[in-house]
Amino acid sequence: MRPVRVEVSDVRFGYGASGPEVLHGVSLTGESGTFCGVIGPNGSGKSTLLRVIGGVARPWSGCVLLGGRDISLMSPRQAAQLVAAVGTSEAMIFPFTAEETVLMGRSPHLRFFASETALDAAKAHEAMKRTGVAHLAGRRITALSSGERQRVLIARALAQEPKVLLLDEPTAHLDVNFQVEIMELVSALAHESGITTIAVLHDLNLAGRYCDQITMLSSGQVAACGAPREVLTEEHLLDVYGVRAVVGRRPELDRPAVFVISGSPRHGHGGHTGHTGHTGHTGHTGHTGLDGHCEGGEFNGVDDIGRDGDAG
Amino acid sequence: MPRSRALKTRVAFLVIAMLVVVGWAVSAGTAGIHTGLALRIIISRIPLLGRTLPLGLDSIDPEMLESAEIIVLEVRLPRIVLGLLVGAGLAATGASFQGLFRNPLADPYIIGASSGAALGASIGILSAGRAGLAALSTPSSYIPIFAFIGAVITVVFVYALSTVDGHMPTDTFLLAGVVVGSFVWAMVSFLMVTAGEDLPKVVMWLMGSLSAKSWAHVRITAPYVLAGVVALTALGRNFNLAACGEESARYMGLDVERFKKVVIALGSLITAAAVSSSGLIGFVGLVVPHVARMLIGPDHRSLIPVSALGGAVFMVTADTLARVIIPPREVPVGVITAMAGAPFFFYLLRLRKKG
Repeated sequence: MRPVRVEVSDVRFGYGASGPEVLHGVSLTGESGTFCGVIGPNGSGKSTLLRVIGGVARPWSGCVLLGGRDISLMSPRQAAQLVAAVGTSEAMIFPFTAEETVLMGRSPHLRFFASETALDAAKAHEAMKRTGVAHLAGRRITALSSGERQRVLIARALAQEPKVLLLDEPTAHLDVNFQVEIMELVSALAHESGITTIAVLHDLNLAGRYCDQITMLSSGQVAACGAPREVLTEEHLLDVYGVRAVVGRRPELDRPAVFVISGSPRHGHGGHTGHTGHTGHTGHTGHTGLDGHCEGGEFNGVDDIGRDGDAG
Repeated sequence: MPRSRALKTRVAFLVIAMLVVVGWAVSAGTAGIHTGLALRIIISRIPLLGRTLPLGLDSIDPEMLESAEIIVLEVRLPRIVLGLLVGAGLAATGASFQGLFRNPLADPYIIGASSGAALGASIGILSAGRAGLAALSTPSSYIPIFAFIGAVITVVFVYALSTVDGHMPTDTFLLAGVVVGSFVWAMVSFLMVTAGEDLPKVVMWLMGSLSAKSWAHVRITAPYVLAGVVALTALGRNFNLAACGEESARYMGLDVERFKKVVIALGSLITAAAVSSSGLIGFVGLVVPHVARMLIGPDHRSLIPVSALGGAVFMVTADTLARVIIPPREVPVGVITAMAGAPFFFYLLRLRKKG
């Protein structure tokens, strides 16, 4: 499989023609075969950024290149052959079986009026085995638990045979055991199958433990970007989230662990305290300033990820 | 695959049910024509089959045969065929809209086609009455054209109202349909107040009926319903994607905005064609898709044609009941569908609550 690199450069976007701008010039690079996290407080534009990357929202200016091709020039069908997504926004309300649901992922590879073939069924089954839901094939998706449903939806995305996988809070509403299970699955998809994965995550510790690279958004701008230990710092958390935190190190591997101490008043904003806002920080490798470009490629050496994207 | 075998059994059952219902409908009534004779008369008109089979129609008194032929071929059959078409069209459109809008309460009338058709028909009936055209003021073939135009104009207006920057948010569209619908209904009410002696005609039209329909009505309705249901069925796989949500569908490669346009156009043409010839017949488009979904599941590739089949059976059954329930008078079929449909829908809601 030809690996695909995701390049987002200076994207500006807002909903509607006259609505307020949500993304103020966001740039990031997702190296092929890596797992990239996007974090930031509610309303910072994480999910919007994901929509822009997936081609569902067209940027006002700037562009999104997938493997060098501009996604806004692709038809929905062409885009869907390259990118798949698992969102949180839309509930499954029709009682399709898990198998029927996963088979829908074959759509971008079918002609308009055509039906799925035995080959498509085989690929759907393979995707279900990969996410461990093959035994649920005949069950109604509306009757599955959240964790099971999430794995079925990831299987549906895999059935699309995407080069890029977008996930919007894949662990939301899941218990810890399922959170870990999903994150390990996603991490394996990126590293073993070479699918460039970009996930919006709200759990900082999960992001810190599993992501190769993290982009931290604040009010529609990139506040920090880089390896987890460079982004998840006490200063950034105070600046962007307005919380006091202690950042330690995970006992089992060289990854940051975040302990939030208190949700203090947002001292970090407006330069009321010693922190002078986002631009006040210097000296952090991963920090790029508000309009900086995040070159994920510079962090290739992080931890166990030295790959060139030729995996899978 | 046991699932597809179960599907085939259920479809076969529905087809048999349809044949039985048509056989009943063709013979039920006060004229005393039994099923065998009615079927023999129909078969005698089928090319090839009519000449080769020994039907034994020669042994019947020619005068009696002639009147039976007129009743079966010119009165009952067009009515039955229209009932099949209207039921199939409304149910298939209902199934499509419920999938597209992800809303179990969606029916063919939700986007304003019904109010527009009512306004068109009212204007048609009243202006014909004013002009003193007795031929026009009977439910003739002119009224359907008025109703059809009214329905299409209203849906186009609703669509234009809810489209911003080339996008049509589903919620806005449904709201616009309700708002425009209530405005148009107010206009219909206003016309009814001024209707005078034509009022009963308008009221009868609004109640919906398949009474006194000719092959002319069938010719108006058939092309839209047949072509429309086939087209909706062919789009079945895309309906499944849309039923997962617009954003998910888009990520799976569906051009959602274009798909919505196509489905709304098809659905409103089918609805307009059905309503214009038979008035407002409720609950077929709402209840039948739910029953079909309970029988065969949510896959729209089979749900839409099975809904059409079920709608056809339901409609002809209701219409025949409407004819025979208090002879010699006739109940408007819309009353029967609502009386049967509403309690059943309530039962479905209860069932879902428990499940």
